[in-house]
This record gives sequence, structure tokens and C-alpha cells, in this order.
Amino acid sequence: MYGLELIDVSKSYGATPVLDRVSLAMPPREFVAFLGPSGSGKSTLLRIIAGLESLDGGEVRLDGARIDHLAPGARGIAMVFQNYALYPHMTVRENMAFGLANAKVPGDEIARRIAQAAEILEITGQLDKKPAQMSGGQRQRVAIGRAIVKQPRLFLLDEPLSNLDAALRNRTRLELAQLRERVDAGMIMVTHDQAEAMTLADRIVIINDRRIQQVGTPAEVYARPANAFVARFVGSPAMAMVPATVAGAEGGRVRVRLAEGATLLTAVPADGLPEGAAVEVGLRPEHVRLAAPAGEGLPARVDLVERLGDRTYLYARLAAGPEIIAHAPGFSPVRSGEAVHLAIDAAAAHIFAADGTAHHPGARP
Amino acid sequence: MAWRERLAGYAFVGPFLAVYAAVLVVPLVMGLYISLNNADLFGQREWVGLDNYAQALGDPVLHQAFGNTVLLALLIVPPLTAIALLLALALNRPGRFAAVLRGVFFSSLVLSVTIVTLIWRFILVPDAGLIAEGLEAVGRTPIPFLSDPDLVIPAIAVTTLWWSLGFPVMLLLAGLQQVPGDIYEAAALDGASRWTVLRRITLPAIRRTLLLVVMLQTAAQLQIFGQAQLLTGGGPGGASRTIVLYIFEVSFGRWELGYATAIAELLFGMILTLTLLQYWLVTRHEEPRA
Repeated sequence: MYGLELIDVSKSYGATPVLDRVSLAMPPREFVAFLGPSGSGKSTLLRIIAGLESLDGGEVRLDGARIDHLAPGARGIAMVFQNYALYPHMTVRENMAFGLANAKVPGDEIARRIAQAAEILEITGQLDKKPAQMSGGQRQRVAIGRAIVKQPRLFLLDEPLSNLDAALRNRTRLELAQLRERVDAGMIMVTHDQAEAMTLADRIVIINDRRIQQVGTPAEVYARPANAFVARFVGSPAMAMVPATVAGAEGGRVRVRLAEGATLLTAVPADGLPEGAAVEVGLRPEHVRLAAPAGEGLPARVDLVERLGDRTYLYARLAAGPEIIAHAPGFSPVRSGEAVHLAIDAAAAHIFAADGTAHHPGARP
Repeated sequence: MAWRERLAGYAFVGPFLAVYAAVLVVPLVMGLYISLNNADLFGQREWVGLDNYAQALGDPVLHQAFGNTVLLALLIVPPLTAIALLLALALNRPGRFAAVLRGVFFSSLVLSVTIVTLIWRFILVPDAGLIAEGLEAVGRTPIPFLSDPDLVIPAIAVTTLWWSLGFPVMLLLAGLQQVPGDIYEAAALDGASRWTVLRRITLPAIRRTLLLVVMLQTAAQLQIFGQAQLLTGGGPGGASRTIVLYIFEVSFGRWELGYATAIAELLFGMILTLTLLQYWLVTRHEEPRA
């Protein structure tokens, strides 16, 4: 049985469609991330699940029962808001007790749950403070605490880390992972930060342009993106897309010709990719390196060098114009403007047909 | 800061400070001085110390006016605040209809007191007034709102309510719109009923605006003047004479400027004390704002 099920959920604001027949099934206790750019509809989808927005068509089910006609408070769902949405005039304790009191939970039970949540979140000493007296990170904990005490069947987290500074963000990310182990409920997190999605989620739902583009584990969406959008969106720096034409098949694998005339023998099965078809070759930075010995490989000119300490990314341009990103270990001495030669691991290349459909490399020979 | 910048700063606030001093600070100080004199409108001054204040404390007409004024304030401020709050809650929604209604409720505010009392005269007078016509149509005797000593104060209160509603509604609407929408969403997910949301979320959130409305209205209604003068002239038999109306009569009718000023200073002290007390009562449990 599934925890949350979305069946053909559609929504438009006036004449503007924002979600188009979105379907998803989540096993109980799964942690799913909705990942997508701003305006992709991911927040709207979360708000529909919460009951803060109505849907125009489709169904939302939780543990087998339809919930889309229920009031938000009656759905067994708790939400952590992006700006925390704590009640400013209530103490931390009152903030956490509010929902339970509305649900007529007995006072001693409320006290017990608050004490337990406060201990988990290490805010026991803060229970009598008001939100305005707390730091952003502490407010975040209160917001999470307010959700935990309700013992919901599903947690919704709306960009939970976006208001925290970098150090706190990493720590909170760890804590969210730990929290997830503790609670007996599913979790959905909306984010536009793929690192959050990759590190926290069991599965990532990539949403763009009103639709779900792909649902898969972090490894799946990274290694086998369903289409050109997912390929470009997941991974940092992004996958380079180099225009090419299909030059033929060798041993069932596609050979492509780049604009420069160079050809690459990929590991992508040739089915469905006729000779002469215009395609894009998708190359992750880790599959493009500086050629050694120099002089072999594809000539390129470096536009920008990004040195991250343990690795360096070279943002370069092939002779015919297309951009490509190369990975070099450690602190590369290459300077921007320099001419280099790049070695491409053609067996790792993805191919995207003109309509965006992905063709992935098969098993390596 | 360079002296030129300083000078520019003073130049910007200068005109305001000059007018503020001329029309507020100077009269306030002069008023205190005049209240310690026997004075008339022609500049005659005779130092009498606190005699005027002693006279005020023993003046039965002032006592009656004080009672009338306090009663009016009590009849106006609480219902005005409550009705304004209900209207603001009802009008705090998007849409053209609510926008039109917001304009309608605000419109009475732009009318001058003369127009307002004229309108309410048409409604209240026992011969051919709106209420009288209505009562006669169902076979009842018209009620003399403006000449019955027990009815004039409520009549003035209703007139004032109608006139004064717009501004508090606007203030409260502004206050309501400052409340972040996501805490209402959080309350919806917390399963709060509409009544709980009003009591635990909305009212605490607009507490300061409510305080402002009560303070402004208390200060305004304790100075009620125009409606009483134009509707009833303070009658019958002083039953609707307010403090400011009495000050007006004493200064411009009896030309006892010193005594009138002393009463005005007493009223000023009373309003100041009351509003500060209200502020203290509402804010004493609040932490200093971050």
C-alpha cells in the first residue's frame, strides 16, 4: 500500500495552467524531494497536498483514503514553512501546543509530546521564549518541533534550509536526515537546491513546466536523466550539451560527429537513432579531462577557471563554439584564455534526441 | 557630520518645527500662563494663581459637562472599536466588492461635522424626521430624541459612531494586512477554527492597532464638540453640554478666557493620563521589541 498518492492532479490559476495531470505514488515512510526551478509548480503541488490550495482535477490520497476534500487540519499532515510561520505572540511551548489543543489532545499528553520534541531538537531551554527572541536556526527547530508533536502521517517541508546560512544549513541537513530516521511518517521536501535533494531524499521528483519530468533515486536521476531538462538541471556544474549528428553505428553503438568533424564512439545503443539525425551529446564534467599528452583530444579555449581546492572546473569552448566543462584534479595551473586539448570519455556520453528524449550508455564493453 | 549637511538637515525640518512651535508649543505654554490669570479676549490679564482651578473643581455646570462627556466617550469608544473591528474583518479580503465597500465606509469620514449633524437632524427630529415617519407609519408616537434629556446623549453617540467609523476601519484594515499570511496557513494546518483563529491569531496580531484606535478615539471623543453644539446646543437644560462646549461658552460667551483655559488644561491632563494609562495597560506584559 502507498502512503501518499497523487492521481492526475491538475491546477490552473485562471487561464494559466500550473500543474498538468501530475501523478505520484509514495511508499509509507519514504523521503521524497520535489526539485525544480522557480515557477515549476513544485510549491503549488506541496500546497495542494497540504490543502492550502484547491485542485482543479485529480485526487490526493493518504494511506488509501482520499484527502483532497478535507480541511488542511484534518488531513494528518504537518508542514514546515519556508519562513517558519511561527505565531509571533506565542511562546515556543504555545506554538507547539496550539495544533494539539485544537485537536483536543489532553493537556498531559501535550506536555509529554512537547518535552520529547524539545529534547530531540535541543530547545528545552527555549520553551518559554517568543520567536522574536530566537535566531533563525532556533526558529527552524521550533517550526520542525511544531510539526513533530502532531505525529502526522506526512511531513511537508517547504524549502526548509533556504533561510539558513551555509554552516547552519549543512548541520540542519544532517539533523533532517536524523529526524527522518526517528519519525514514522513520510516526508516531502520542496527545494530548488539539488544538493539538498540528492543528500536527503530516497527519491527525487523533478518538476518542470507543470509536469513531473522524472521520478527516481538520486543515483538514477544523475546517471540516467530522463530527458535533456533533467540532465541539465541535475548536477553541478551542469552537464554540457554539445550539438552533433549521428554518424552511424558500430557494433550496435552510436558514433556521433561533432561540428569540428571529430567523431566519438559512444556506448549508447543505436536503436532509434538513425544516421544523420541531429542530436546533443551530454557530457558531465567528470567525463571531460585535459588531454595527456597534450596535443591529442579536442582543441578548446578556456573561458573561466573555477578552482575549488580539491578539484578545478574548466569552462571551455570547443573550436566550433559549443561550451564544454572539464574536470581537473586538485589545483589546475590552467589559466582562462589558454588553449587546451580535452579528452572525452565517449563511453560515458549521453545522447539526447531533438525532442529531448534521453539515450543512455549501455553496459560498458 | 559636515556643517553643510547639518544645515541641510535643519533646513528640511525647519519649516515643520516653526509651524509646530507657533501653533502647538507656544499656545500650550501661553495657555498654562493664561489659566493662572483672570483674562478676557482683549488681552486683559490679572494674576490670580490657582483660583481658576479651584473654581473649576467646585463648578456644578462643569461637573455635569464632565459627566456628559465621559458618558459619551463610554457610549462611543467601545462600540466604535467593536463595529470597526467587525467591518475591518469583513472587508479584509480581495475583490472589487470589498474595495467598493471600503470606500463607502470611509466616505462618511470626509463629511464635515455640519453636514453630519444636518443628516442626523433629518433622521432624528420628531416632526417629519426619518425615524418619526417610520414610527408614525406603524402607528407609534414619534420620539423626541433631541429634546428628551435621557435620549440626547445616545442620539449624539449614534451620530458620532456613524461619522467616525471610517478611520478606525482603515487603521484596522491596515493592521490586518500587516499580519503575514503564512501564519494563517499554519493555523489552518493546526486545525484552528475560525473563532480560535480570531482569538488566538488575529486579535493578538493587531493588538497594537486596536490600542491605537482606542487611544485616538478616547482622545477624540473626550473633546466632542461640534455634534453637541449643532444638534442640541448642549440642551435640554445642559443634558448634552460637553466639556469643550462648556469651554467654548465660557470663553466666547462669558469672555472668561482665564477660567476657560484652566478647564482646557484640566481636560488636557485628563486625556493625557487616560491614554498613557491605556498604553501602559496594554503594553506592560510585552517584551521590548527586537
